[in-house]
Amino acid sequence: MKFTIQINTGPYTHQASDTAYQFTRAALKAGHSIHRIFFYHDGVNNSSMFSTPPRDDRNIQQLWSTLAEQHSLDMVVCAAAAQRRGILDQKEAVRHGKSAANIAPNFTISGLGQLIEAAVVSDRLLVFGD
Amino acid sequence: MPVSKSFVFINRKAPYGTIYALEALEVVLIAGAFELQVKLIFMDDGVYQLTRNQNPTGIGMKNFSKTFGALGDYDVEQIFVDHESLNLRGLDATDLQPLIHGTTDGVERPSIKIVPRSELGDIIEGADVLLNF
Repeated sequence: MKFTIQINTGPYTHQASDTAYQFTRAALKAGHSIHRIFFYHDGVNNSSMFSTPPRDDRNIQQLWSTLAEQHSLDMVVCAAAAQRRGILDQKEAVRHGKSAANIAPNFTISGLGQLIEAAVVSDRLLVFGD
Repeated sequence: MPVSKSFVFINRKAPYGTIYALEALEVVLIAGAFELQVKLIFMDDGVYQLTRNQNPTGIGMKNFSKTFGALGDYDVEQIFVDHESLNLRGLDATDLQPLIHGTTDGVERPSIKIVPRSELGDIIEGADVLLNF
């Protein structure tokens, strides 16, 4: 089955991103395909590479980046939601005169059309978080 | 895209207090631009999103309720409001802003339909993609 995963809550406060990660891993292991992972609302905060949890805790952003690297996952962060919450790629950082970009490897900033397209072509859209 | 699907968006939260109502509307407008069949449901505190004469300047928020008026231009023409949710909050049809859409015969028709909760179940069941905000 072809899944698209939508994540609406940020890391750590809620477990939704962890659960989405575990689901994605399990689905891939079971032979399913993941069309796209779409980060919306506070979910965009999962893509900040400035996140620095204690060493003995999981680093959710790195977990996602690594999983995407291993399985060539298409991880899209909503542009409008990201800009509001201070998630910027290099191009956007320059455009808005910010001193740094913080989007982590294997995340891409793109539009909401990517969510709609994914929902249309996938067998299931699964939403994690509020 | 190979296939077309029907989308139902359920809006359950008040227009201010969280960003969900605003960011839901942003998704709905994009879905409308894709020329998909889009239906909206407003229930629980979500019915407040459609109330007329909103003025959130006192809380420092932008009044985005006027954007609902653009839904008809995006071919989002089927808007269902839960009667029970209105009733519980002391609201009725006169409290909601009128939303209209054009038709092929050039007549403008109201987009909002107030329905009993039982009817919402059928609408939800008929959706290919269900998004809850």
